[in-house]
Amino acid sequence: MGEQSGLPGFGRAEGDFSRVDVHRLVQALQGVLPAASVLHDPEDLRPYECDGMAALRQMPLVVVLPETEAQVVAILKICAGQGVPVVARGAGTGLSGGAQPHRFGVVLSLARLRRIIAIDAHARRAVVQPGVRNLAISEAAAPHGLYYAPDPSSQIACTIGGNVAENSGGVHCLKYGLTIHNLLKVRGVTINGDIVEFGSLGLDAPGYDLLPLVTGSEGMLAVVTEVTVKLTPKPQLAQCVLAAFDDVVKAGDAVARIIAAGIIPAGLEMMDQPATAAVEEFVHAGYPLDAKAILLCESDGTPEEVSEEIGRVRALLEEAGATEVRVSRDEAERLRFWAGRKAAFPAAGRISPDYYCMDGTIPRKRLGEMLQAIQAMEKKYAMRCINVFHAGDGNLHPLILFDANKPGDQHTAEAFGAEILELSVALGGTITGEHGVGIEKINQMCSQFATSEIAAFHRIKAAFDPAGLLNPGKAIPTLNRCAEYGRERMGASRPAAHPDLPRF
Amino acid sequence: MRWTSVDDLIRQWRERVREAAASGRALCLRGGGTKRFLGRPEQGELLDTRDCSGIVNYEPSELVVTVRAGTPLAELEAELATRGQMLAFEPPHFGPGATVGGCVAAGLAGPRRAAVGGVRDFILGARLIDGRGELLRFGGEVMKNVAGYDVSRVLAGSLGTLGLIVDLSLKVLPRPVAEASLRFEMDEAAALHRLNVWGGQPLPISASAWQDGILELRLSGAAAAVDAAMARLGGERVPDAVAEARWHGLREQTAAFFTAAGLPGPLWRLSLPSDALAIELGGAQLVEWGGAQRWLRSDLPPGEIRGRVGALGGHASLFRNGVRDGEVFHPLTAPMQALQRNLKNAFDPAGVFNPGRLYEGF
Repeated sequence: MGEQSGLPGFGRAEGDFSRVDVHRLVQALQGVLPAASVLHDPEDLRPYECDGMAALRQMPLVVVLPETEAQVVAILKICAGQGVPVVARGAGTGLSGGAQPHRFGVVLSLARLRRIIAIDAHARRAVVQPGVRNLAISEAAAPHGLYYAPDPSSQIACTIGGNVAENSGGVHCLKYGLTIHNLLKVRGVTINGDIVEFGSLGLDAPGYDLLPLVTGSEGMLAVVTEVTVKLTPKPQLAQCVLAAFDDVVKAGDAVARIIAAGIIPAGLEMMDQPATAAVEEFVHAGYPLDAKAILLCESDGTPEEVSEEIGRVRALLEEAGATEVRVSRDEAERLRFWAGRKAAFPAAGRISPDYYCMDGTIPRKRLGEMLQAIQAMEKKYAMRCINVFHAGDGNLHPLILFDANKPGDQHTAEAFGAEILELSVALGGTITGEHGVGIEKINQMCSQFATSEIAAFHRIKAAFDPAGLLNPGKAIPTLNRCAEYGRERMGASRPAAHPDLPRF
Repeated sequence: MRWTSVDDLIRQWRERVREAAASGRALCLRGGGTKRFLGRPEQGELLDTRDCSGIVNYEPSELVVTVRAGTPLAELEAELATRGQMLAFEPPHFGPGATVGGCVAAGLAGPRRAAVGGVRDFILGARLIDGRGELLRFGGEVMKNVAGYDVSRVLAGSLGTLGLIVDLSLKVLPRPVAEASLRFEMDEAAALHRLNVWGGQPLPISASAWQDGILELRLSGAAAAVDAAMARLGGERVPDAVAEARWHGLREQTAAFFTAAGLPGPLWRLSLPSDALAIELGGAQLVEWGGAQRWLRSDLPPGEIRGRVGALGGHASLFRNGVRDGEVFHPLTAPMQALQRNLKNAFDPAGVFNPGRLYEGF
């Protein structure tokens, strides 16, 4: 018995969907949707050709914009019947190309399923459609003193359906958890049109707990049509400590001390000197520019709790050798401390025509090694990189600065990024903490997982979608791709062996 | 057969799984055997997981521990306590020999569940041997990881039917600096109402229990937060030693409600939306997790209990005693049953691991 027995065909090689008949498809879709909800004119398709990973573009055959779950069911049944790939899409803010269209496929936009069905303050839950924006949930819950805790930086725009697909994080994950920790129930439709509910309104569901499997599955297992989230009471007070260090390793050590002392801060973020300089010029947060690293540590809770915790944090930071410690005196100052961190991406965009954001997670104690290695890579690739870091949970966002108009720069940035990801795996971490694999990191999946594990992922996929129609080519690489990537890496000393091959 | 290293043991286990799969035999995966009463009856030849024991890596400042599945739960908890940390979901042991693997396979959490999350919320990674004898690693030792499907969390509550767990990486949390317990006299309807109202306020409630007209609360957190909450909530302070024994008795089901001979029927576990109103199902009830977990001792027919609980958006499992070779867990919808069966087949196509323990057929 071979190790890959039971492996579906799409696990070995990409499926071939070139025989999809677009006229037949459009006709069938128009039979179940109003004409205005089926887009197939190239001009109408253009806005869907990429998501937040704009470097790669691909036009789909058709975009559909259902307004009800029944329409989603009908669309999926048609696609299953005709063997057409389906790429679900929320706001299209994802950074890893997870919503990139399939050449022979349908983009299923959930943007019109945007109703907040219920805010149940007594039970502390909200029932929303997948196209509802993350921040809109918190806004709707605010009059009840409640909010939805996960806060990815794109929360103004990103949708809850996309958050479920990516298991999105944010700056408050260490204390409040990821998307999976804040969900009660996800209702979805499988490729054959069955409606299934994962989780329940209670705290568990009978049988296997498939909620964590579907959460973060990047649209590969089911299409989300309704999400029931937990709402959290808003803390009475939040206060932020800003600490400066003359050495990055000391800052990392300070983080370890805080956690080892039994404190779980509401947020714990680090920026290196180049990142601090970039954002300071942009937002004037008052950051110390001579520091090699700055830490932001937020405490929330009752006023008594916050004051006790801030006192302990300040002492620990001083013990760890902070050269300066500031505690926010009021809400305006707290927001100013955060303004810089939150502006890191736009600041990178301001000092460089393009930037490439990485998302590896490493055990925190390996931070020093990682930053030193990135410094060496800056020399090797002759390209700058600024680092912001969710220090509390080890999630690192190096921003590689490049100019896509310069020949070769894009490719060099990708090679730089790939090396960071490979190192994340080597240091005991992962290639993606919160942005997802999508198409961007599909090759590095082959570094993080063994062939037998990739095969297991494909079997899981086949348990939900035996024909491999939901988001084909994303998240889990084919075994052929990994074999090819392995051969490439063996010959990695030769530059660009196949410059025409798409790498990301 | 003796083994000299964990790698040897894993090799032997893989071989044994392959042989079982090839010959159509079932394996009964068991650690300390403290939760054998759960689920449907055991089947197959015993594979004792306790041979694979020991803490592999513990990094208190990273809030993570990697531990072999056969490690005694008590040993792990004692080690965490030396560094002021804990398994925050307060897993029940149900006996001295409970193992970490069994704790995850059973997927049971204790009084702190509603405040901090359940078993699956603290799983970061796992290595397991699947039904083909492959050793597979999912997840890792970091808090945030979205590479590949999150298989390791699915192991929580799978009752050993998906694979033979070799080791697990778990998130740990600091023990609270301060704890205090309060008691209030109120009926069930009032208690359920208050628990939901308090749940919507920033209060450090870490456990709750209502039974026979008495509501008990545990507060955990910074000393200042616990003091402030006590002042705000009122009620009667329960002496610490009494409170500790009470919460332990609930976690381990040694409290009188679970052991008393005078109460009728088998023990049912009802998982409900926390705001579901009190339901009369004959017999006696004990409410935990802010209303989301209710224990029932009742002689009513299973169909009636499941029907009433299901109508409220919950599910009912026959936890202890009663007729156990029928379905003990809540029936699944047809599409969900198909997905679950397919998932079982993806991991264990020959049906080697604990067949029929969760549902008939898988």
